[in-house]
Amino acid sequence: MLRYILRRLLWLIPTLFVVTFLAFCALRIGTDPLASFLKQNPRASLANIKQYKSVNGLNGTIPEQYFHWLRHFVTGNWGRSIKGSTPVWPDLKHAMANTAVLGLFSSGLGIFFGLSIGIIAALRQYSKFDSVSSTGAFVALSIPPYISAIVLQLIFAVYFTRWFNLDHPFLPTSGIYPPGHHGFDLILRIKYMILPGVVVAIQTLAVYSRYMRASLLEVKNSEYMRTARAKGISERRVIFRHALRNALIPVTTFAALDIGAIIGGLVITENIFGYPGMGVFFLKAFNNGDYPQLMPWLVIVAIALILFNLVADVVYAFLDPRIRLA
Amino acid sequence: MTETISPAGDVQLPDDAFDADQAEGLVTSVSPSRMAVRRFRRHKLAVVSLMVFLAIAMIVILAPITTRYGQIERLPAIGNKVGNSPPSWKAWFGTDDLNRDLYSRIIWGGRVSLLIGIAVAVVSSIVGTAVGAIAGLRGGFLDDALMRTTDLFLAFPTLVLLLVLRSMFSSLKWLKWLFGDLNSIRFIVVLLSILTWMGTARIVRGVVLSLKEREFVEASRALGASNSRIIVRHLIPNSIGPIIVSLTLAVVGAIVAESTLAFFGFGIDPVYATSWGGLLSDAKGAVIVGRWWLVVFPCAVFVLTILCVNFIGDGLRDAFDPKQDRSH
Repeated sequence: MLRYILRRLLWLIPTLFVVTFLAFCALRIGTDPLASFLKQNPRASLANIKQYKSVNGLNGTIPEQYFHWLRHFVTGNWGRSIKGSTPVWPDLKHAMANTAVLGLFSSGLGIFFGLSIGIIAALRQYSKFDSVSSTGAFVALSIPPYISAIVLQLIFAVYFTRWFNLDHPFLPTSGIYPPGHHGFDLILRIKYMILPGVVVAIQTLAVYSRYMRASLLEVKNSEYMRTARAKGISERRVIFRHALRNALIPVTTFAALDIGAIIGGLVITENIFGYPGMGVFFLKAFNNGDYPQLMPWLVIVAIALILFNLVADVVYAFLDPRIRLA
Repeated sequence: MTETISPAGDVQLPDDAFDADQAEGLVTSVSPSRMAVRRFRRHKLAVVSLMVFLAIAMIVILAPITTRYGQIERLPAIGNKVGNSPPSWKAWFGTDDLNRDLYSRIIWGGRVSLLIGIAVAVVSSIVGTAVGAIAGLRGGFLDDALMRTTDLFLAFPTLVLLLVLRSMFSSLKWLKWLFGDLNSIRFIVVLLSILTWMGTARIVRGVVLSLKEREFVEASRALGASNSRIIVRHLIPNSIGPIIVSLTLAVVGAIVAESTLAFFGFGIDPVYATSWGGLLSDAKGAVIVGRWWLVVFPCAVFVLTILCVNFIGDGLRDAFDPKQDRSH
């Protein structure tokens, strides 16, 4: 097992190499860093431009520039953003923390309720609850996040405020704190996270309820369930000890993959709610053509995806003794 | 399936294909496509969705008749408002900031969005089927390359991928003949097709991999059939079900992707055309000021359409899966 993990981790290096090289080429073709620089500093002199080019390794062919970037990246010299010339890492770190909070909050909600609904639906197959929740999940999956986001904003932030004659929005629609707020405040933080959290949670809930239902139904129809019942074990025990434990195995690996995708996956929701996480970070950097910010973003998202892919495989092998990792 | 023993003592196995018709003494054979239609009709929501979708499609296709005003026609003042007037008899769904009729604009926008959805789905199904079938049959380098690239593309968030590729393709001057102008309908169709065909290719590859070891393919090869004949005569007809299902999913995927791009300001330029994505991005600005009609109507029509196509896809999946029991 340890050998397997080590080998997979070693594979991370060539994979990242290829991914970053492709991303670098795509970004370098698509956005011109010099143009972005000039947009931010319209009165830059020729000497400024020359200095900027040499400091950021913008001379030479794209592969040369890539290796210049890679050398600096690996040695921890992540440079400064083009717009505002702020160091990249602190901003990225904050964005990552914010996204992790929102992602874990909403996925936690979504997974918990999704699994519960899926379990009940599978145990009462063909019941009214089953058909309503299955159709509901299907409908929820068909609604893109930006639609549920603006509809929720309209109801809870605008119309609730009007109906109840409040002097401030019933639920805030953007940011993580009111303007001018300093320090940490749990209540405010949660209040600001409700709407974006619900938007993400709806999707998660729908996915997991369907997945859990399908997984549990498959287990329910298996031979060992009949064997367990034939042994005379109580129905409760059959379900908790035999059915649920087995049905949760594929769901757990699925969740591991999902958590890896959180880091880069909330782009749409974050941007609608002005939630300063990785998604907002990306879109801002992209709009400014800010490759010193974009490249580390891509590297972190790629690492998260690959690592959690590994975690999913390892967890699967750990939970299901039939799986052998070689 | 239970074995029934006739009085004579010989064992008869009732066949699935023998239906009620058979029992009444009418000898009719039920073709697989008839059975598929029957299974589709059993999926009530899919049937309703198909009818609703056809209705939407008709309204959108007949836009010159069904709309009340032009796509960018500005209405004269309603009441005393020259913009953003709520629903009234003059403008059923209200008007936007330039006093353009929302009802008409939704129908005009539907033309663009459905066109994009269907164009992308058709292009990517053709390309995806061809590549997937060849990769599945030939294996080797092409197969590896296809799977690795798809893995890479599927891993990243769609919006990120769309934006990066969009800016890259728009900068490549030698691809101008293919993509046309940035912000044009053509650009969006080509861009989305490039991302969508891989999904179809993966599905077709999977089906082909399971089919290619089957006896009828072996037999055909033994008779001297070429690879292309095997693909065209045997593999594609046998994987038509999954191809059609992925086609419907591609329609939804393309419509949603287009509106996502538009929502963040990377869509079709309003100078070229109005799409549902354009209307949804207008809706974004209308939320805080509480112009509910600009939010509710476009969102409702958009979600209804997506829902219908998704249900149709779900029904088709049941229809093409002969093993499907009624557990849905």
